[in-house]
Amino acid sequence: MKNLIILGAGTSGTMMANHLRPKLYLNEWNITIVDQFKTHYYQPGFLFLPFDIYNEKQVKKVGKKFIPKDVKYIQKKIEKILPEENKVELEGETLKYDILIIATGCKIAPEETEGLLGPLWKKDIFDFYTYEGSLALRNKLRDWEGGKLLVHITEMPIKCPVAPLEFAFLADSYFREKGMRDKVEITYVTPLSGAFTKPTCSTALAYLLKEKNIALESDFAIEHVDNDTKEIVDYVEKRIPFDLLVTIPTNKGDEVMERSGLGDDLNFVPTDHNTLQSKAHENIFVIGDATNVPASKAGSVAHFEAETLADNILLYIGGYPLKKEFDGHANCFIETGDNKALLIDFNYVTEPVHGNFPFAKIGPLKLLKESVFNHWGKLAFRWIYWNMLLKGIAIPFVSRNMSFKGKIFDIKPEKK
Amino acid sequence: MAVKNIAGVEVKVTEDGYLEDMTQWSKEIAKEIAKEIGIELTDKHFEVLNYLREKTIAKEALTIRSVGKSGIVDIKQLYALFPKGPLKFSSKIAGIPKPTSCI
Repeated sequence: MKNLIILGAGTSGTMMANHLRPKLYLNEWNITIVDQFKTHYYQPGFLFLPFDIYNEKQVKKVGKKFIPKDVKYIQKKIEKILPEENKVELEGETLKYDILIIATGCKIAPEETEGLLGPLWKKDIFDFYTYEGSLALRNKLRDWEGGKLLVHITEMPIKCPVAPLEFAFLADSYFREKGMRDKVEITYVTPLSGAFTKPTCSTALAYLLKEKNIALESDFAIEHVDNDTKEIVDYVEKRIPFDLLVTIPTNKGDEVMERSGLGDDLNFVPTDHNTLQSKAHENIFVIGDATNVPASKAGSVAHFEAETLADNILLYIGGYPLKKEFDGHANCFIETGDNKALLIDFNYVTEPVHGNFPFAKIGPLKLLKESVFNHWGKLAFRWIYWNMLLKGIAIPFVSRNMSFKGKIFDIKPEKK
Repeated sequence: MAVKNIAGVEVKVTEDGYLEDMTQWSKEIAKEIAKEIGIELTDKHFEVLNYLREKTIAKEALTIRSVGKSGIVDIKQLYALFPKGPLKFSSKIAGIPKPTSCI
């Protein structure tokens, strides 16, 4: 018997277990998945939790429910990967593998920024990239009386790079609905050159910040948080005051990579951009947020990667060359508030474009334009996630590679 | 995409003035772009620019943090060399793509 081990039972790991179990003979291959946690979170829901749009129950389920019955689920901490010996050390046992899939994701590392975990953490400083952070922020917002709200990105890369912007848009709607928008100043703070960094998007969407009265601080690389004066401070002593700081701390891969010598300086695993094989070891493959590929760290990307990776694992087992297929395809809804959303479709080399999705001329979803349909799409996606995506069921008419049918490349500014 | 004459050479540039093709880059082009931004290039600048180009060729993601750990400059020195937008301006002068998010 041969052994395939998947590390991590999040979005990517669960999808790989579901893709591969029906394709590998039960009398030839054992599949084992390892994750120390019991709960599987619907992470896109962490954006909605702070605004009471979703409740706790809507964003979590027992992870094991989504793992096929012929896959062994081990709920233990991963201590170390020993790639030269083809072994993984867990708490109290060691597993041997023929093929290893790393799907350990990424997480926030607030300890990387001085002062972030100071006296104001979880009092006036919050994250919403964890279940606990998102929930604590909801409780804070419920009776916050207003003031200066900063929505802040520490540094790239981060999981779901548009989530901070969506947070700012939803905050605008939330405070307007509560009748207290005039008491809240919202500022979006980014280390990049603007809220929109791709020419097609800045052309099409520049109106959004203005319309929602959100101020912008760009090119701001945080050095520390001053807990006494309630300010964030950058490397040239520029200071931005806050009453409430919603920050996206540095994102890092799992510490297991550091312990095993498999990651870069942010613990992301160097991975071939098109085959998803690890650069250092031919029988180790990497998927989702754990890789260092320059695609967005997002569930849709993991979904498209999973289809390519499942094929490549079979090719690898058969001794065939791998497909250089994955193109960085991402397809993301972006909430813009007031029950509207945008949809973007792009890959490693093509910027988000206008057009219809998934059907040329028909849609019904519009790319790079605000619409109510797109917002419904985003809400419907929670059902698709639990019932189709995790189970590795292909989403009809949405292909793994980016399609150029029905796309418009000549972007003009929105008339408002 | 547009074509721009920089330091006597026709180069392809993006809408916001970044080189489309990093192989068209030269020291003279770097000096000219830097001048437009208001930066006079020194040897230290070129050390940083060469580092950024090497990392880009190796397809590694560039962050302010990684430049700070390069051993060439720390982050404060990077700011001093390229004020008001260290990564934005250094990448423009190095002839490599602009650091972007997904929108």
